[in-house]
Amino acid sequence: MKRRGGWLAGPYVVWMVLFTVIPMMLVVYFAFTGEDGRLTAGNFARLLDYGAVFGRSLGLAAISTAVCLLIGYPLAYVLSRESEAVRKSAMLLIMLPMWVNMLLRTYAWMSILENTGLLNQLLSAVGLPTLRIINTSAAVAIGMVYNYLPFMILPVLTVMLKIDKPVIEAAQDLGGNQATVFKRVIFPLSLPGVLSGITMVFVPSVSTFIISRLLGGGKTLLLGDLIEMQFLGNTYNPHLGSSISLVMMIIVLISMALMNRFGEGEEEVVVL
Amino acid sequence: MKKTIIIILALILLLAGCQGGALKRLEEDGFDFSYTIENTTGSTAVYVYNWGEYMNEDLNAAFEAVTGIKVHYDTFQTNEALRSKLITGGSNYDVIIPSDYMIGLLIEEGLLEELDFSNIPNFADIKPHLKNPAYDPGNRYSVPYMWGTVGIIYDTTRVSGPVDSWGVLFDERYTGQILMFDNARDTFGIALKLLGYSFNTENEDELLAAYELLARQKPLVQAYIMDQIFDKMEVGEAILAPYYAGDALLMMESNADLAFAVPKEGSNIFTDAFVIPKGAANKAAAEMYINFMCSFDAAMANVLELGYSTPLTHVYDALELDEEEYAISYPEDLSLFEPFLNMPHHIRELYDSLWIELLR
Repeated sequence: MKRRGGWLAGPYVVWMVLFTVIPMMLVVYFAFTGEDGRLTAGNFARLLDYGAVFGRSLGLAAISTAVCLLIGYPLAYVLSRESEAVRKSAMLLIMLPMWVNMLLRTYAWMSILENTGLLNQLLSAVGLPTLRIINTSAAVAIGMVYNYLPFMILPVLTVMLKIDKPVIEAAQDLGGNQATVFKRVIFPLSLPGVLSGITMVFVPSVSTFIISRLLGGGKTLLLGDLIEMQFLGNTYNPHLGSSISLVMMIIVLISMALMNRFGEGEEEVVVL
Repeated sequence: MKKTIIIILALILLLAGCQGGALKRLEEDGFDFSYTIENTTGSTAVYVYNWGEYMNEDLNAAFEAVTGIKVHYDTFQTNEALRSKLITGGSNYDVIIPSDYMIGLLIEEGLLEELDFSNIPNFADIKPHLKNPAYDPGNRYSVPYMWGTVGIIYDTTRVSGPVDSWGVLFDERYTGQILMFDNARDTFGIALKLLGYSFNTENEDELLAAYELLARQKPLVQAYIMDQIFDKMEVGEAILAPYYAGDALLMMESNADLAFAVPKEGSNIFTDAFVIPKGAANKAAAEMYINFMCSFDAAMANVLELGYSTPLTHVYDALELDEEEYAISYPEDLSLFEPFLNMPHHIRELYDSLWIELLR
C-alpha cells in the first residue's frame, strides 16, 4: 500500500527532532562526558551514592500510582455505566482543578496539611487529636495523588467507554453474573487504559520536585530535587544532572516494558 | 496562605492598574516622577533580572515614564540559578542583581561588563563603607542595591529564655518547630559560626564538622525552606528560624509575638548589587536604569516597601524609623557580621555533596 500525505507529519517531525531527539542526544552526551569534555563513566559511578534517593523516589511514585489506581479505577468503572449527563459533569469536576496552576494547588495543600492548617483546625475543633502530616513522605504522596489522579481516571474511562455493549451483553447472556462479567470481560478489556494511566501517573510522580519541596519540607529529597540541584546548586554540573536523568529515563523505560509484557495478549497497549 | 492571597491580590492589581496606576500610587506616596530624562542611549528597552519580591515594581513604570525606555522585568530564586542562566546562554539581560559572593564569582569568570560610572553619577552617594567591597576590588563592576543581615526570628511566647546564640536552633526542646534555610551556603554558615569558624573557611575538616552538627540537628528541623519561612513564622506554624533582618521587621509588624536577634557568634551581612552581564545589548540604558534606581525618590520608594537597608547616604539620612527598626536594619556595630565570599570550585562541590548527604 502506498503511503500518501506523509508530508503532513512534517511539522511534528521537525518539532520532535528539535525538541525531543536533539535534547535527548545532549542528555546522553553530557551524561557520558566530564567537566573537561572527555568521555567518562564517572558520573554514573557517583550515582551509587544516591541509591537512597532513587529508592525513595521510585517507592513514593509507586505508592502514589497504586493509590491513584485504587481510587481512579472504581470511579472510572462507575462513570462508564452512568448516563452521559452525569458522566460529563463528573468529567468536568475531575478536570476543573487541572485548570488551576499546579503550584497554587500544591500551596493549597500546604495550608491544609500544616500543623496549624485547616485539617488540624478541623480535627481539634471536633475534639480529635491533631495529625503531623506536613513535611513527611505521606504529605508528598498526598500531593502526588491529588495532582495526578485525573491522569489515571481519564485513560481508564476512555478505554472502558470503548468496550462494546454487545460484548458485555453476550457475557451476561451466557450466564455470567456481574462479578464474572467484570473479571472475565471488562477488566481484561480495560487493561490498556490502566497501563497508560499507570504510565501517566508514575512518570511525572517519579520526576516531580516541586511537590516534595513544598509538602516534604525539603527533607524528602527526590530524584527531581537531585537533578535540579545539579543545575541550580552551588556547582553547576550538567554532567551529573544528565546522568541522573538518563538513568531515570532508563528505569522508566524498563518499567514500561515490564508493563507492556504484563499486558501482552490483551489489546494493544497505549503508552503515553 | 497569607502570601498566596497577597500574590492573588497583586495579580488582580497588576491587571487592573497598569502604568498609570503605578505612577499614581507613587505620586500619592509623595514621590515625584513627572520629570523627563532624555534617552540618549539608543535603546528602547532594558532587560532586568532581580530576586523575587525584591523591588517596588511601580518603579519600573516610573522609569518608563521618565525615560521612555521599556523595562522587561524577570525574577530569579537563587544566585546559583542566576549563574546557571548566564552560563548556559540564551538570556539577554542588561541589569542583574546578584549577591556579593556571586558577583565575585561572576567577575572571576569574566561574565560581567565593567560599568561606565560617568553614566551613574548617583554612585557618589553610596555609603563609603560599601564602596570598593571585597567582592569587587576596585569597584569596577557593581553598584550596591540593598544590604542586610541575617539573624534569628522567633516566637517570644513559645521560646523561653534569651535568644542570643545559633545554639537555640539546635535545642531539642523545640523539636519540629525549627525552620532552616533551603540552601547549602546559609545553612552550613549557621553551623560554622556556632562552631566558631568562618563562613568562608576552605578547611574541609571544619566543613565536615559543620555537616555532623547539621546531621544531628536534622531530626529537630520541621522543614528546609526559603521564602515560606515568612508565611510559616507569621502564622505560628514554626517558632524559630533564621531570616533576613528586613523581612523580620515586616513579619514582626503582622505578628506581634515575633522578635529578632543577632546571635553572639556572629552572622551574615550581605550586599546585593547591580551588575551588567557581559555582552549586554543595552548597556547605556542599563546604566541609566541603575542611576535612576539610585536617585532619591526611586530609592526611597523602594526601601520603604522592602524594609531592607539602603546603601545610599541621602536616603538613609531622610529615613524616619523607630529605634527598633534602626537597631535591626542598621546595626551600629558591624564587627559581628561577616560576608560570604566566593569559594573555589572544589569547596563548592564539597558543599553540594554534603548538602545532598544531609537531605537524602
